[in-house]
Amino acid sequence: MPAVLRNSRFEDPVKIAVCIKRVPDTETRVKIAPDGKLLDEAGVKFILNPYDEFAVEEALRRREHGGAGEVVVIALGAPAAQETIRTALAMGADRGVLLQVDRVPADGLEVAKALAAELKDGGFDLILFGKMAIDDYNHQVGPMTAELLGLPCVTAVAHLEIEGGKGVAEREIEGGVEVVDFPLPAVLTTDKGLNEPRYPALKGIMAAKKKPLDVKPTTLRAGGLEILALLPPPERKEGKIVGEGVAAVPELIRLLREEAKVL
Amino acid sequence: MTAVLAVLEQRDGAVRKTAHEVVTGARRVANDLGGGATVDALLLAAGPVRGAEDLGRFGADKVITLTNAAFGSYAPEASAAAITDRATSGGYPVVLFAASATGKDLAPRVAARLGVALAQDVTDVTVEGGAVTAIRPVYAGKALLKVKFLGRPALLSLRPNVFTPVERPKAGTPVTAAVAGGPGRVVVTSVKAAEAGALDVAEASIVVSGGRGLKEPANFRVLEDLARAFGGRAAVGASRAVVDAGWRAHADQVGQTGKTVSPTLYVAVGISGAIQHLAGMRTSKVIVAINRDKDAPIFKVADYGIVGDLFEVVPRLTEEIKKLHG
Repeated sequence: MPAVLRNSRFEDPVKIAVCIKRVPDTETRVKIAPDGKLLDEAGVKFILNPYDEFAVEEALRRREHGGAGEVVVIALGAPAAQETIRTALAMGADRGVLLQVDRVPADGLEVAKALAAELKDGGFDLILFGKMAIDDYNHQVGPMTAELLGLPCVTAVAHLEIEGGKGVAEREIEGGVEVVDFPLPAVLTTDKGLNEPRYPALKGIMAAKKKPLDVKPTTLRAGGLEILALLPPPERKEGKIVGEGVAAVPELIRLLREEAKVL
Repeated sequence: MTAVLAVLEQRDGAVRKTAHEVVTGARRVANDLGGGATVDALLLAAGPVRGAEDLGRFGADKVITLTNAAFGSYAPEASAAAITDRATSGGYPVVLFAASATGKDLAPRVAARLGVALAQDVTDVTVEGGAVTAIRPVYAGKALLKVKFLGRPALLSLRPNVFTPVERPKAGTPVTAAVAGGPGRVVVTSVKAAEAGALDVAEASIVVSGGRGLKEPANFRVLEDLARAFGGRAAVGASRAVVDAGWRAHADQVGQTGKTVSPTLYVAVGISGAIQHLAGMRTSKVIVAINRDKDAPIFKVADYGIVGDLFEVVPRLTEEIKKLHG
């Protein structure tokens, strides 16, 4: 364990980092840019990644429960990601850091390296991520960052209890729930079910404008993945309405057997 | 000789179904690489693994079982260390995982230790001019991203149910070795198993999902009856709306904030088809929608639709399926 991370005891004020991402809204109609490799961002509405909301909420609850501490939100992204950080500050985080890049690379390990460099001397008891981002579905930056920092990590946490420098997390696996013990400091990625994220109140939105937000120009290496193309999903062949009501059931069965051959 | 490493899962000493898919994927990559490339299957276990002897049939030339008491349950740190060691010593150009809950947790740890890139939840992998390329759904399945690996090894996790197992009449050579080391700091102390016999929606070959159209939680009984009629191959899923309403467990949720499923047959009952839901099921092979509203968006992705009252249509469908399996 790196000496720079203080040995956490939760009698101390907690210091929590939450790594967040600015992503296109779920409802976005995906239009591919003329280069055939990226999303055409014109007219796209951006939001705080929904899984990161669980991470921000959990950090705030831990701080509120402890009565003291600090919640720092860190985003790696384009200049506009400052708005996303302000959203988390409006929810109640104390300060923000933007690792400013032109574009988030396809290779999550490069993102993890930049985040690890920012986090390593921060003295955090807990480092939280959403379990994945809803744009690139990379599903990796949290655990990679943990590995680079030499910290224990539990991913996709849906239930969490922390006491006396130790945590117990629950995560869904196929056909069950794993109960996992881990020591602090640790990196956790959050799943739905962990909590109900709050909406920023007007007071919080006003307060967020005055909270510190440190913008750090960041250079990343190209990484180990080259984007060849962003493609439309394969067209599902035109479906058919088999019919109306119970009368259509025998024909559906026939089609599933003879045409689709799945029965 | 070049070999592809297929990292497989076992639970309670038995090979998981996804293992056959990962070996099949590895076989495909090995064939694409050419030059007689082979497949090494890797299992981490506390002892002998049931089903390891069958992996040859799915394309494994060698079946390596690394044993350590810690591997009796999922030990992320010890597993990552053992796989990293094996990947390094074996000089594999490609390492494949399953994009299961465990695989998605494990693969990034190994990638970071090896200092290489990872593509998760891949739906297609090919070798083009010696370079490994992968295709994976992004933006809630509204686009596919095609990437090329610039370094080696290329690490990928394969979306469950996409790589249909292909059998061949061969056996793999078993190799067993004990590995040293403790379990690590992150320890799985127990697994709360779901209801006995209940299939997970992410693993079932047939998924019957219900939404608001079911009207109340008790009515999911009609879907459970239908699922049962398929004879143990079907699981019951749910839309986000009914999970948020507390009618069904989050474990059953299909969609963006739930599970991604890719079954052979997906039956959407009383589900309108919001984009979040489509994100979780649009790679299903055949989609059937049953809904009262003929304009529901679910019909746009469905191969077959029935417009009508689900409380009449589904019981009839259950009867017909029972006849087939009778």
